[in-house]
Amino acid sequence: MEIRVRLFAAPREALGKSEIEVSLPDGVTVADLIEHLKTAHPILRAYTRFLSVAVNRAYVGWETELHDGDEVACLPPVGGG
Amino acid sequence: MKLYEITPDPISTDDVVARLANPAVGAIATFVGVVRGETDGKETLYLEYEAYPEMAEATLARIGDEIHERWPSIREVAIVHRVGRLEIGEAATVIAVSAAHRSEVFDALRYAIDRLKEIAPIWKKEVWADGGEWKSEAIKASDTDFAN
Repeated sequence: MEIRVRLFAAPREALGKSEIEVSLPDGVTVADLIEHLKTAHPILRAYTRFLSVAVNRAYVGWETELHDGDEVACLPPVGGG
Repeated sequence: MKLYEITPDPISTDDVVARLANPAVGAIATFVGVVRGETDGKETLYLEYEAYPEMAEATLARIGDEIHERWPSIREVAIVHRVGRLEIGEAATVIAVSAAHRSEVFDALRYAIDRLKEIAPIWKKEVWADGGEWKSEAIKASDTDFAN
């Protein structure tokens, strides 16, 4: 299945991309995706400790199962205002 | 007019207040978050704000929903946040809360800015003469030294 990953702020800058397309087997979870990203893009390892994740624009837990076409956003600690 | 908005354009407080105009309203409280020129004694040249715009606008609307639940006397809430490069003194966010009477607008306003900082997918980078850093009140830079 195809997952669209969006990156923001520090990890986006580090990788130099705001979006990545990832192909993964059916049934993987958010945690599996993060592991995949850390392996495929080691520079992202520095940013996963305090990462929140949103699937299709809603915050979710890392045990959440992903589905084909999901948009997964990697959200570092926020700092608006 | 949108009550919850992420915009690259300068924000006018008057414009945000005008979005709440209604004959039933007797009190409007506003909060303006502006770009500060120094943090912990270090001079900031400018700030760079970034948002996940689709989710951020939905999150601002959710904060408004939470306020209406907690304070039923609040009539309307408007939250506007700017993105892009902001110079010192410019408004990064303007929040306005309206009600028939003044009693609860201050508590609701305080709640709105606190929740925005807590949950809205918006980030800011402080840019200095010799570098810069993405800042969060939730996580200090020292905590990330041992990131996996």
